[in-house]
Amino acid sequence: MGLRSHPLPITMLLKLEGITKRFGSLVANDHIDLEIRQGEIHALLGENGAGKSTLMNILYGLYTPDEGRIFWKGKEVKIRNPRHAIDLGIGMVHQHFMLIPVFTVAENITLGKEVTRNRFLDMNEARKRVEELSQRFGLEVNPDDRIESISVGQQQRVEILKALYRGAELLILDEPTAVLTPQEVEELGKIMKRLVAQGHTIIIITHKLKEVLHLADRVTVIRRGKKIATLDAAGQTEAELARLMVGRDVILTVDKEPAKPGKVVLEVKNLHAKNDRGVEAVRDVSFTVRAGEIVGIAGVDGNGQSELIACLTGLRKPTSGTVTVNGQDVTGQSPRRIRDAGVGHIPEDRQKRGLVLNFTVAENAALGDHRAFARRGWLSYQRMVDKAKEIISGFDVRPPRHDYLARSLSGGNQQKVIVGREILRNPDLMIAVQPTRGLDVGAIEFIHRNLVSERDAGRAILLVSLELDEIMNLADRILVMYKGQIVAEVPGHEATEEGLGLLMMGGSASA
Amino acid sequence: MPDQSKWKAGLRAIGIPVLATIVGLLVGILCILIAGKDPVLAAKAFYRAVAGEPRMFGNVLVSTIPLIFTGLAVAFAYRAGLFNIGVEGQYLMAQIATVVVGVWWTPPQGFEWLHPIFALGAGAVAGAIWGGIVGLLKAWKGVHEVINSIMMNWIALFLADWLLKAYLRPDNSRAASYDLQQTAWLSQGLIEGSRLHTGIWIALGTAVVVWIILFKTPLGYEIRAVGHSPGAAEYGGISVARALIITMAISGAIAGMAGSVQTMGLNHRFNETTALLGYGFDGIAVALVGRLHPVGVVLAALLFGALQASSGLMQAMAGVPKAVVSIVQAAVIFFVAAEGLWSFLQRRRAKKEVTPA
Repeated sequence: MGLRSHPLPITMLLKLEGITKRFGSLVANDHIDLEIRQGEIHALLGENGAGKSTLMNILYGLYTPDEGRIFWKGKEVKIRNPRHAIDLGIGMVHQHFMLIPVFTVAENITLGKEVTRNRFLDMNEARKRVEELSQRFGLEVNPDDRIESISVGQQQRVEILKALYRGAELLILDEPTAVLTPQEVEELGKIMKRLVAQGHTIIIITHKLKEVLHLADRVTVIRRGKKIATLDAAGQTEAELARLMVGRDVILTVDKEPAKPGKVVLEVKNLHAKNDRGVEAVRDVSFTVRAGEIVGIAGVDGNGQSELIACLTGLRKPTSGTVTVNGQDVTGQSPRRIRDAGVGHIPEDRQKRGLVLNFTVAENAALGDHRAFARRGWLSYQRMVDKAKEIISGFDVRPPRHDYLARSLSGGNQQKVIVGREILRNPDLMIAVQPTRGLDVGAIEFIHRNLVSERDAGRAILLVSLELDEIMNLADRILVMYKGQIVAEVPGHEATEEGLGLLMMGGSASA
Repeated sequence: MPDQSKWKAGLRAIGIPVLATIVGLLVGILCILIAGKDPVLAAKAFYRAVAGEPRMFGNVLVSTIPLIFTGLAVAFAYRAGLFNIGVEGQYLMAQIATVVVGVWWTPPQGFEWLHPIFALGAGAVAGAIWGGIVGLLKAWKGVHEVINSIMMNWIALFLADWLLKAYLRPDNSRAASYDLQQTAWLSQGLIEGSRLHTGIWIALGTAVVVWIILFKTPLGYEIRAVGHSPGAAEYGGISVARALIITMAISGAIAGMAGSVQTMGLNHRFNETTALLGYGFDGIAVALVGRLHPVGVVLAALLFGALQASSGLMQAMAGVPKAVVSIVQAAVIFFVAAEGLWSFLQRRRAKKEVTPA
């Protein structure tokens, strides 16, 4: 290639030219060009597996590109490793935080670049600097709190402070809102605006359309490793961005008929339960779910939803109260008994609960029912393979391979395996917890349509989600959970984001 | 095309232990050179000890038999995510049980064939109890199996010693128990001139049974699910506690059969034991080198059996110290366990290829 240097305008902080990265036969990044202006919030939008993270990992020095050039402040650089990236002024906040739970905020932030005096740690000075930094950017954290005792949203701020402490001018945030509540997302937006106002530049990696419109100045869409377009975020619509991202028109809202509720399938009465720390997390919860309706539970994470669901699925024993499925008392029964009573469960954590990642897709197709796949005491692989094929074809699992390890599938396809498996069991009650967390638009659309058609087939569906959009889109009735109690019930068609948001914070609906 | 990935995975699974063995042997040759001995002569001695005569090979198999059992025991537990360091104790308790049945129970006339079966069964049950206790404590109280099984080893060692001295021997002058009745012996002479006994068939049969349990039964599915992901297993309606207890009991039974078969086929008595002899640790090594798969365990046991059986002749013929054989064993284990190192080096190479461009 030519040796001429590129004179860049002063406003250009970073320029990527023809970046290509191959993993074996897979081209993760295919000649991607990207320009980041000084002081902008730039969104990198794409479905899971589109190559966003690969591109950013190249920028952060975790991968070496096979082709292409990187210009930082007008000068060509080869970023050798993360340390080099940090020295240049590039900071990254990963989706999964890299913090030490038992260390304090200040210790985590200064880790690797500790403040010392006479070769000893000077924690007083470190604390002071962290405080200074957090005040300057309005990132309220207490330097003395331990990481394990603060909320996820605060942990994220610690990660951002960590990058700023190391002198980052460009911040890369990987899926920053995946773990946040609506209010925390709002807060993050303010923080980002403040950072930009003080001269920083931000790249957010995301597949959420709303965020792009809400937070970003410009957006670059990536599909299957290729750059599709770079646009000004202002004036775009969700539908247009979705079309660019997926490559076809996407229906963002679910069309559904009014529910025709039938007999009561799930009845919960005066349920109480404790969390892992022995504190009461579910307090006197009573509700019912009928056949043919979707009941949504809305709430900020950590208000007892997880414990409630664990009680309903047998993963936790309630301290008092009753759970009845189809008239059968299943209070405190084992997960197997509850499954046998006609309950399907799409769990909150697909990698820890929903799948055995080191099993093949076929073996996972039998999870929850594996004894039914035995013939005279012998495990029948043929039956597992048949079931897996049914799931793969019915739920569009890609690649369509029953002999692949579940680990090797993308998050969306892992979720399709779980959803398919649970739906094909034909349960009377389906408990779906965060069924589309971390999935891209296409997969969300698909799973939502399936849940609605299950409802129309007369199943009772209990949906727990932290995404208000999802709840409002799907649920016929919405229960709001706050501090372990159900504080309100709202008919689905009457719900508004503001109203639910207030209820979730413990306010009243009339406000 | 469709099976390419499987082939690759299979090749990798076999390739690394084979490569590790070769590197281990090279390290051995290096040690022999450093010791100032002739590696060619040592190789000749090794060959003679392993395949020089049929009876030599028979002796290799004699050393292999207990290693197959102990390797299987460790590998089986590992599939459920449990590290069974208690093989040694299970082995000792099984020997005691086998001695009791072999010495004091006399089968009725015409039913002599029952004697080895009962003696072996008693050993397996004793091992299962000794292992099951560890599983029970883990499932019930969350006691870590490594700590627990190490302590069970010491309990077994001194319990066996006390039982031997108090009840199992005729008088103080004898450093062993009564002899087993001949009806409880496993017949020797599978290969003329060697002490190879029918325990080899029991060992190979056990390997087949382990493979069947793990991969062809619902129980094996549960065990592997628990081993890979206890959370997912629980979600799927599998009782993790039950799986842990059953796994440790079966693992203990297999370890126990090692002791029983050794007693019935080779020693015909329980010899006084004042220290833990390392059967359990050999089992861990065999299981690791055999990559936790029954077929791999049998092959690894054969390798270690050959190294053990040849050490005597290598010392006599080539003056190679026995310690060198141990070094070779250690080197093989090291290089197999260092798989992480291999993939690390590969990644480095891949990176190097990219940067100069």
